[in-house]
Amino acid sequence: MAALLRVDCVSKSFGGVAANVDVSFEVAAGEILGLIGPNGAGKTSLFNAIAGEVTPDRGEIRLVGERISGLGPVTCAERGIGRTFQVVRSFDSMTVLENVMVGAYARHRRTAPAMKAAMETLDFCGLASRADRPAYNLSPPEKRRLEVARALATKPRLLLLDEMLTGLTPTEAQSGVQLIRDVQAQGVTIIMVEHVMEIVLPLVSRAVVLNLGRVLTIGSPEEIVRNPDVIRAYLGDRYAAA
Amino acid sequence: MDNRITRRRRRELVVGAVLLVALILLPLPIGDVYTRNLIIISILFAGLAQAWNILGGYCGQISLGHSLYFGIGGYVSTLLFVQAGVPPLIGMFAGGLVGGLVALLVGWPCFRLSGHYYAIATVVVAEIGYLLFLNWDFVGGAMGVYIPFKGDSWLALQFRTQKLPYHYVVLAFAAATWLAAWCIEGSRWGFSWRAVKDDVVAARSLGVRVFPSKMAAAAISGFFTGMGGAIYAQYVGYIDPDSTMSGQLAILIALPAVLGGVGTLWGPFLGAAVLTPLSELSRSYLGGSGRGVDLMIYGLVIVVVALARPAGLLSLFGLRRRAKGAPDGSPA
Repeated sequence: MAALLRVDCVSKSFGGVAANVDVSFEVAAGEILGLIGPNGAGKTSLFNAIAGEVTPDRGEIRLVGERISGLGPVTCAERGIGRTFQVVRSFDSMTVLENVMVGAYARHRRTAPAMKAAMETLDFCGLASRADRPAYNLSPPEKRRLEVARALATKPRLLLLDEMLTGLTPTEAQSGVQLIRDVQAQGVTIIMVEHVMEIVLPLVSRAVVLNLGRVLTIGSPEEIVRNPDVIRAYLGDRYAAA
Repeated sequence: MDNRITRRRRRELVVGAVLLVALILLPLPIGDVYTRNLIIISILFAGLAQAWNILGGYCGQISLGHSLYFGIGGYVSTLLFVQAGVPPLIGMFAGGLVGGLVALLVGWPCFRLSGHYYAIATVVVAEIGYLLFLNWDFVGGAMGVYIPFKGDSWLALQFRTQKLPYHYVVLAFAAATWLAAWCIEGSRWGFSWRAVKDDVVAARSLGVRVFPSKMAAAAISGFFTGMGGAIYAQYVGYIDPDSTMSGQLAILIALPAVLGGVGTLWGPFLGAAVLTPLSELSRSYLGGSGRGVDLMIYGLVIVVVALARPAGLLSLFGLRRRAKGAPDGSPA
């Protein structure tokens, strides 16, 4: 499989704190990659580097061979990277449809086609009935969906999901999982950040485990759960032997 | 595609046309010069507030320095007329262009600041402009410039006794600002600006170019504000820094939009329809007696509206979209 995204020796420090140290991995086109690790492992920092929000101190990130690190979030969005936010950032003065239209305008200059595309995206995400509601009026799981819909409206090649399933009830999480599978079926490659392993591992084809800013291991879900280093990072030394 | 957004926009256009016709007819039965003047000033401030709303409301960049663009627009058209004989009907477009240009120059450094820092920077820049004009002999300094009367003329926007022509000039101006706001609301730009206002980080992640969005909003807002200044100068026949560039004026431009409903199509007009007559009437009836009573009443109205209708007067009518979901009309 061809690599859609290549993260190459990326390091980033904030003040004296090293958030990412020499992180390297590849994402194949069409796969769902999990980015997991305990709190403070550097997941969000790395995620922001891929989205263009943060410029790495060293190393580079390439999307289909072209360097995107350091070009900023607007260029990354144009090149085909969509993202959601861990803490929902909806446009609260707008309706649900208008929120998604902002994303759709990234691919359509004119209002009529942007509105049509936004409506289709809302339909796909199961929010069509909410189109004319004010965005702040949605329930928390609906707001997560809106984040996905808005990002999808920019027609991304790579979708970055930041803890999209965290904090949902099992039923809500289940429908969220279904949405992610539907998005993948559309041919969109996905990177998911989660720190709850039970949620991510059944979904992903591979996962990158970060700990203290470094890549601990990369592998299939089965490999990850058996890896003693991962168990140690999550549960501490006492459980590693068990 | 027929959904709520397109239907609402069509309805707004119809309401706008009806209002325009009503305002065309309004002064005809009114012979009283004082009342006609009151209406003209109210419509002018409605247009100015709408111009402010384009930057402050839709794009969320709270400017307290719009008096600068207003004054500069007035000076440009006045000086072009007095020094070079350029008719003000053309000069007001020049005033608008320079106003927009100055708004870009102010925006270039100031848009790097956000929120309150931006607002304070605009106050400072406008104050610098005011002091500059106050001490600049070429533009008349503190004495200002009198505009010589050269006979009734549409080209010169001069009418010795008639008020009616001015009524139609300010009406055309206000209608133009409204139409601009209406177009912006339904365009890619308008959506980008509102996204910038609501959440810069999310806007960027969707490919919205934040700085150019703010600059475009500033240019359009500055253009209309400068044009309004040119019309005002021609209307009163005199321009000086105190009447066209003061900090108080900057507040008077912003207030109707804030009170009526920020970032809405009708809020600035509604605010101006309430505030401008109130300020003019209280000034003429109470301004002479114990100083400041008129301003106290003005302030009191603002406090009452802020307490009762924090989302602006427009929320009284349920026109504001935010009001639809929240039963009390206040944003959640």
